[in-house]
Amino acid sequence: MAFQAYQGEGWLLTKAEQLINWGRSRSPWPFPYGTACCGIELMAALASSYDMARFGAERVGFSPRQCDVLIEAGTITKKMVPILKTIYDQMAEPKWVIAVGACACTGGVFRTYSTQQGIGSIIPVDVYIPGCPPRPEGILYALLKLLDKIQEDHPLYKKRQEVAEALEATK
Amino acid sequence: MSLKERVLNCLKDDVIAVTEHRGDLSVEVPREKIVSVLTRLKDDPDTSFDFLSDLFGVDNLDLYKKKKKPKKKAEGEEEKVEEDKGPPPPRFEVIYLLLSLKTNERLQVKIRVPEDDMTVDTVTCIWKAADWPEREAFDMFGFKFKGHYNLRRLLMWDEFEDHPLRKDYPLEGKGEVRHLKYE
Ligand code: SF4
Repeated sequence: MAFQAYQGEGWLLTKAEQLINWGRSRSPWPFPYGTACCGIELMAALASSYDMARFGAERVGFSPRQCDVLIEAGTITKKMVPILKTIYDQMAEPKWVIAVGACACTGGVFRTYSTQQGIGSIIPVDVYIPGCPPRPEGILYALLKLLDKIQEDHPLYKKRQEVAEALEATK
Repeated sequence: MSLKERVLNCLKDDVIAVTEHRGDLSVEVPREKIVSVLTRLKDDPDTSFDFLSDLFGVDNLDLYKKKKKPKKKAEGEEEKVEEDKGPPPPRFEVIYLLLSLKTNERLQVKIRVPEDDMTVDTVTCIWKAADWPEREAFDMFGFKFKGHYNLRRLLMWDEFEDHPLRKDYPLEGKGEVRHLKYE
């Protein structure tokens, strides 16, 4: 079927949701938010030997408004919390978050007054990667997990529910 | 002349104590005279400590507590009357690490600061480099550097209320949180 579509003539049968998910999961634009040592592993994962671009994460954006996967690699201090939240709020929907390393997941070794004990309490996290630091393979694996998650998503259904809720609220 | 002699010569009566540990000289001076002492150490051609490498605070709370603990006594031993050594030394210290670029010698200058009066004269008038270290010492210990032009917190955020490097501040904090607020 698909073959015929490529030829110019023919037809393609799918669901709109699947088509949307197909597009989204093949072009995740990551926003690298490296705050500590895990950022180095993230750089390695992005660079040529591991090459995250193989999975569609080709374009690393440095503007949160143009990205949809926030990769938070490193320690978040409490002083930094408003900045992380601002960046997350600036990203356009749909957006996903990967927490890289023990620090981003739980605060890691820094169980102190200045360190945020996990970013899960500030922003919703989709994939947590353990390790101090995790290897670049770990980061790639998390990205693949995230892509799986995107494929299982129901964007239209969710949208319909949102609209219904909004209508309910106005009544 | 050795460094010790030259420093003593320069400071004369303002020295409270001198200690030498593995070749590192440190002098304790009265708190009120710190600016004059450092100026003299800098300007005296014999010492010429013209570079401030660092400035930081020390909290000796636990040090004195440990000393006060009563020792375990064997049975039958007579209770020893504790000698009265006077009040314990002030709780905080500020330490200035000086370096002479001319002779490559180093010196540690120490002042003691009591808990109930944390004012210390700023040395930013001598070295501009003291700006951030003083702000850090204020942030972490709460020293009030009199005359500092911009004494704000350096590491913690502005609304933070405690001084986290004090020994009685819990390591995991007192549950301070910071939120994003939109105006
Ligand atoms: S998890 Fe380990 S490697 Fe990663 S930022 Fe924290 S301390 Fe550094």
